[in-house]
Amino acid sequence: MSKIVNGVLTAVGKGRGGVKVKHNKNTAEMAVERMPIPAKVVLPMQQHIGAPCVPTVKVGDIVSVGQVIGDTDKFVSAPIHATISGKVTAVGDIKLAHGMMSKAVTIESDGEMRLSEDIKPPVVTNKAELCAAVRASGLVGLGGAGFPTHVKLNFPDDKNVDTLIINAAECEPYITVDYRCCVEDPQDILEGVYSLQKYLGFKQVIIAIEDNKPEAFKILKEIADKDNDSGDVVKLMTLKSKYPQGAEKMMVLSATGRKVPPGKLPADVGCVVMNVASVAFVGRYLKTGKPLISRSITVDGTAIKEPKNIRVPIGTNLQDIIDYCGGFKSEPRKIIFGGPMMGVALCSLDAPLCKQNNALLSFEDSKNITKKERDCIRCGKCVSVCPMSLMPTNIEKFAKIKDVDSLKKSGIMVCMECGSCSFACPSGRPLVQYMRLAKQILREEG
Amino acid sequence: MAKKLTVSASPHARSNETTTGIMLDVLIALLPAVVMSVVYFGTRALVLTVVTTATAVLAEFISRKVMKRDNTIGDLSAAVTGVILAMNFPADLPLWIAAIGSIVAIVVVKQMFGGIGQNFVNPAITARIILMVSFPTAMALSEWVLPFENTWSADALTSATPMAELAKAAGGDLSAANLPSMMDMLLGKHGGSMGEVCSLALIIGGLYLIIRKVISPVIPLTFIGTVAVFTLIAGGGNVEYMVYQLLGGGLMLGAIFMATDYTTSPINFKGKIIFGIGCGLITSVIRIFGSLPEGVSFSIILMNILVPQIEKFTVAKPFGSVKEKKEKEAKA
Ligand code: SF4
Ligand code: SF4
Repeated sequence: MSKIVNGVLTAVGKGRGGVKVKHNKNTAEMAVERMPIPAKVVLPMQQHIGAPCVPTVKVGDIVSVGQVIGDTDKFVSAPIHATISGKVTAVGDIKLAHGMMSKAVTIESDGEMRLSEDIKPPVVTNKAELCAAVRASGLVGLGGAGFPTHVKLNFPDDKNVDTLIINAAECEPYITVDYRCCVEDPQDILEGVYSLQKYLGFKQVIIAIEDNKPEAFKILKEIADKDNDSGDVVKLMTLKSKYPQGAEKMMVLSATGRKVPPGKLPADVGCVVMNVASVAFVGRYLKTGKPLISRSITVDGTAIKEPKNIRVPIGTNLQDIIDYCGGFKSEPRKIIFGGPMMGVALCSLDAPLCKQNNALLSFEDSKNITKKERDCIRCGKCVSVCPMSLMPTNIEKFAKIKDVDSLKKSGIMVCMECGSCSFACPSGRPLVQYMRLAKQILREEG
Repeated sequence: MAKKLTVSASPHARSNETTTGIMLDVLIALLPAVVMSVVYFGTRALVLTVVTTATAVLAEFISRKVMKRDNTIGDLSAAVTGVILAMNFPADLPLWIAAIGSIVAIVVVKQMFGGIGQNFVNPAITARIILMVSFPTAMALSEWVLPFENTWSADALTSATPMAELAKAAGGDLSAANLPSMMDMLLGKHGGSMGEVCSLALIIGGLYLIIRKVISPVIPLTFIGTVAVFTLIAGGGNVEYMVYQLLGGGLMLGAIFMATDYTTSPINFKGKIIFGIGCGLITSVIRIFGSLPEGVSFSIILMNILVPQIEKFTVAKPFGSVKEKKEKEAKA
């Protein structure tokens, strides 16, 4: 590759649509605090997209930190590790925070945080070993989706994957853990970037960040500049801050100008997109061998007393997390996992934190949370903000009358449920809900 | 602990924009035109506007009630229809006819088709056309009252509108036409309906709507632009003739406030262009070749009817779909 002056890239392709949301990054300057070890953790066997794990321990077993307690031989999955040391007191079905059921292992702490002997840095010399190591680490996308990372990295060699895109855009309001990761763990990111690049053979690595995070920008720029003399593979790209700039397909478009076709993955156009915290984790894991047992989350929202960024053992009860942040200052009407745009509303706090949850936000009732629902006025806002060029208002109508033919033609399957349409709709239509219904109808039709 | 947690689909954030807010913006944008109508036609213009608006809101309230559907007068769309309708009337229109217009617009055209967002033709324009057919004398174009006259007296002075005069100027020869000055055309000192005379007020309102992102400029620009091109050609290159055509009649009112009606215009950019050009084309044809000096209402209503077809042809391809790529490659 010819040596380019290592400036900062600007987006190659420009996505359409999108909305301006209030950032509310209140916790941006709050360093990640470590939350005290809880007395008990509950570890669901389904903390990722794909096949659930099967418990490998039984009631009464003594487990140590980092020991595998759930696994499966299915490919699309990721093992679950004990996040504290202690005794297994229950193995059975529990209700997750958003209401789904999952098998789970409960561990009561012995207070020792004794590390498992299995923890040692993995030996990695090639792609296959790297993928195996990443699977063993239990890593899933830390940005919210929870897709097992090793599946992403294990792309077929004939796909000509040449670009790794590292997503540090964090375009959802409130959440700042990725930003903190950039500021606090640049070394881990650096090591993660170079290992991934080395073993997976990317021709370019593009770190993408929104232009409203100058401090993280400076740090990432240093990382990108480190290889100036050795081929300049790593580049930093700034993006206008706009939602959903961080969505995978949008990232691929901005970084490479390529468009992921409907029903395809970024790998089909030669890209892998990874969240920056996941990259930092890979860097750390290759060094220490410590699997995914805790994670940083942002606790914020209008109802919480002391917003914080905290590092929490996975499986910690949500109520404990809220209590650690001073409890509620007013009665919350809505509590969500993840950001306001794509997060999931919770029905209970008596549930564990899972691997993919990057934020716990609680909100009081306000007009920016709910809007009076009225009839569609065909203003076209939902259409002009849709990054996928869909017509949400029409799709809503087709879904209501189960018009399968029209739904097929509507392209609904490319909808990424980014929420821009519902956000923008002046009539407060719950469009995303109908987008999901529409997909459901098509799936049932086969 | 929180007992009443709301569990609903994402997103858990909403923009500040509301239907009511949008309609309020339209009302604000109409304000200059309303004020100028009072300046030119006196308090009767105000009374007429109040009557159409109040009737429209009341009609909306009652029809929703009768149909046992939720009350929607709060979204202000009925008020908007009422005001726009008034702007379409001659200032001396009997109040009871005006009230009938509002009832037709709201009950027959809007609510019988399911309310806001459902009607396939613009309520105000349809009502205007129905009244023109039913009460030709009261609504007749040549009988618009002349501004500054006492519009309360039964025998208010009337004069031919610039549009009627322009019809005499075939081929752009303005010598036979008795036209007001260009400045009077812009400010509204000429015959016409209450709201259409002052083009300047309408343009200010239109700019406000565009700045507030309530409407996209595509339809007004393509509509007016098409009329400009065709009247320029028909006038044999006479720019003055073209400008009279643009400022006269209901073109500004129609292009800015009625052709842009969300419900009855295409949503997509491409569709808007086709719609705007179509409106301009039909207006020009009616004005130039037809016996009618005014074509705006008919052109909009005809294009309204075509909207579903236009929408079908202009559907955007979903992100990354093969066709979209092929198109790009073909262009490259
Ligand atoms: S944004 Fe809402 S009101 Fe506007 S067209 Fe879409 S669904 Fe209808
Ligand atoms: S239709 Fe889907 S992709 Fe488009 S704005 Fe709505 S949620 Fe986002």
